[in-house]
Amino acid sequence: MNHEKIQPTVPNGGRKLRNDIIFIVILLTVLSLAGLAIFFFRGEGDTVTVEVDGAVWGVYSLSEDRTIEIYTGSAGEALNLLVIRDGKAYVETATCPDGICAAHRPISHEGESIVCLPHKVVITVSTTESGNSPDIVA
Amino acid sequence: MKKKSQKVAFLGLCTAVAMVLAYVEILLPPLFSAVPGIKLGLPNIAIIFILYHFGLPSAAVVSFVRIVAVSLLFGNPMTFAYSVAGGFLSLAVMAILKKLDFLSMVGVSVAGGVMHNVGQILMAMLLLGTAELGYYLIVLSVTGTISGVFVGLCGSFAVKRIFIKKK
Repeated sequence: MNHEKIQPTVPNGGRKLRNDIIFIVILLTVLSLAGLAIFFFRGEGDTVTVEVDGAVWGVYSLSEDRTIEIYTGSAGEALNLLVIRDGKAYVETATCPDGICAAHRPISHEGESIVCLPHKVVITVSTTESGNSPDIVA
Repeated sequence: MKKKSQKVAFLGLCTAVAMVLAYVEILLPPLFSAVPGIKLGLPNIAIIFILYHFGLPSAAVVSFVRIVAVSLLFGNPMTFAYSVAGGFLSLAVMAILKKLDFLSMVGVSVAGGVMHNVGQILMAMLLLGTAELGYYLIVLSVTGTISGVFVGLCGSFAVKRIFIKKK
């Protein structure tokens, strides 16, 4: 394959190639830092909130070990089995097709969440004490 | 008159190509099932091709028609909302970067791919009312960059090789 033939789609291709690389590196750095900032700046939470399709379905304390069956769907056929143990919450099993929520590691930090998109279930850790949690949604 | 109908016909063809690419993408097995939303963004090849040949208005129309059609055929209202947010943020950023003219098509396409993911995450935050999907950003921006390079290369081959008669 002749490399020269495909290059000159734009004039001054060499300079643009360098710009491309610089741009990609800056883009990845900024987004990674933003992601890491979201990841690390949070403390331990004390409750989990279960939301189904945007509405609060239930609020549970993380200090008490228990198992919660979240039935959703039009006929209540969709199940996510939420387990709270040792101050951490995780989804033990789920009937959703992708199983992403069940593969998610246990959550315990403020703001951490397990999302099951097929069932529209969002499980979020939060803190009940006020002043401790900045409202990042608003 | 003749030129205009030629353009309409060609854009219709591009819309069909974008739809087929979207369908091919649905058929492909998920690369990495631990993180949802990783897609190659193949329809973007057609969109970026139109952006470079016909400009932003044509690209926006084709992008919108393709999103509506693909959502009607294979998706649901949720996928439509995600696609519109991703598609238009991506197209807007690509158009701005193209106008600034300091990146090649590959760089523009990378920005488009990453912004597509950012748009979808923002829409997911809005719809699910949670701000905590933010850490998907890292993974999706890395995969978006890789697929953006691929899409940009395909797009520049297409722009280079597909000759459009402009009278």
